[in-house]
Amino acid sequence: MNLKASNISFSYTKKRQILNDVSLSLNSNEIIGLMGDSGSGKSTLCKILSGHISHYSGEVTLDGNKIQDKGFYPVQLIYQHPEKTMNPKWKMEKVLNESWNPPQDLKKSFGLKDSWLTRWPSELSGGELQRFSILRALNPNTKFIIADEISTMLDAVTQVQIWEALINHCKANNIGILAVSHDEELLNVLCDDILKFDEINNL
Amino acid sequence: MAKLLEVNNLSISFTQYVQGLNRHDLKVISDLTIDVAESEIVAILGSSGSGKSLLAHSILGILPYNSHVEGEIKYRGNVLNQELKEKLRGNEICLIPQSVNFLDPLMKVSEQAIGECKDEKEHAEKKIKQREIFAKYGLDESVDDLYPFELSGGMARKVLLSTALIEDPNLLIADEPTPGLDKKSVDETIEDIKNLKENGKGVLLITHEIDVALKTADRIAIFYSGYVIEINTVENFKNADNVLHPYTKALINSLPKNGFKLTEGVQPLDVVDGCPYYENCPIRLDKCENNKPKLVDHNGVMIRCFNFEEASDES
Repeated sequence: MNLKASNISFSYTKKRQILNDVSLSLNSNEIIGLMGDSGSGKSTLCKILSGHISHYSGEVTLDGNKIQDKGFYPVQLIYQHPEKTMNPKWKMEKVLNESWNPPQDLKKSFGLKDSWLTRWPSELSGGELQRFSILRALNPNTKFIIADEISTMLDAVTQVQIWEALINHCKANNIGILAVSHDEELLNVLCDDILKFDEINNL
Repeated sequence: MAKLLEVNNLSISFTQYVQGLNRHDLKVISDLTIDVAESEIVAILGSSGSGKSLLAHSILGILPYNSHVEGEIKYRGNVLNQELKEKLRGNEICLIPQSVNFLDPLMKVSEQAIGECKDEKEHAEKKIKQREIFAKYGLDESVDDLYPFELSGGMARKVLLSTALIEDPNLLIADEPTPGLDKKSVDETIEDIKNLKENGKGVLLITHEIDVALKTADRIAIFYSGYVIEINTVENFKNADNVLHPYTKALINSLPKNGFKLTEGVQPLDVVDGCPYYENCPIRLDKCENNKPKLVDHNGVMIRCFNFEEASDES
């Protein structure tokens, strides 16, 4: 499959244009890195790709077709701060199962322990929560993953564990990944190709 | 060099209610000992959720009401009690908080960086300094009048940095100052932290980014599951063979530039009787399961592991 963004332009206020005529294309067997300065609009682009922002100009297509708003969105965004994406009054089991019920071996490959499922989000660390937030995004209907700085807040050991599990799953299920990060060394290890954000954003 | 900050055998626990009125103490930091001298940068490196931020909060006295602190914190030889903490914080001891949620959502960011002022004159002086620092971090004048929700993650982080640097503190506690920043701003931050050191100030840098710690610190303490497991000099951290604890080795080998090597295992969530790393340790001994090793001196390196405790006993 191919995820394509064509000529995306966007601004939050009239004063400041964030994205101008941005185009990119991603295939499902690829891992593409995206690097750029903070505040340059990377996360805004991620939100547009994954359908969280709708009032932009330009087009996001999946295999040439406009993505349907109804039902499960095939492009899933994973955020930097998992604690901000979970209902604090839901236990982890409910948080995870809101999306789907992953098989036991997949839970195991993400190092998810059964004892975590009965806890509240505030009782787990960022690394533990991020495992949930990734697993939750890997619903069988997911075709593309947009990973917006998903390992920035994690220690190096956890970073390897999480990327290893995510990439293994995506390669096996033909899911494409857009990896956004500031860490060039990390992207060099992970990605097939790296895009520089200021080169694709025509401001 | 005079000791600026000394933390001796600090333990922090929280009282939580579980199921109705049953109370339960949750220990988050155990037996932590560390010191920072003038002109020294000490980094505390540990995984997320290991309790690093709480150390910073206990030094400033901003822990929540249900916390219980044991042990001793000294600043320039004087025991830091709540009264002294309140007097010193914001002037002599400054904090760069970890979360961008620490910003006031209803206040323009430039005013937050300037902080409280006695009169118009002080405000004007600080305003100039604030502009200088903002400009250095690439925040132009249009940013001054924005509210926190209008900033990106990296920009908010830069505002947090400015709030602390504007006061020119003697002791800076930097709690994760760099994640989410682009490379240029990270370098700028590292430069600022080093400058403080050049001027005789002390810095306690709390981070999970090894690179930042390597570039700035004199000594690095490794934090795991609430325990300091190793304190070593920055030179030894450049090679996994020169550090002692198996977790420290795993940490260095897992860096992208050192091979991105996978190490299985997560920190224990519940209190364990033995060594906190027992479950994942490749060199564990039988006694590690039920006995806790102490932090001991092994040829100048502080290490919490029975393998080295024995070695130094024999020698």
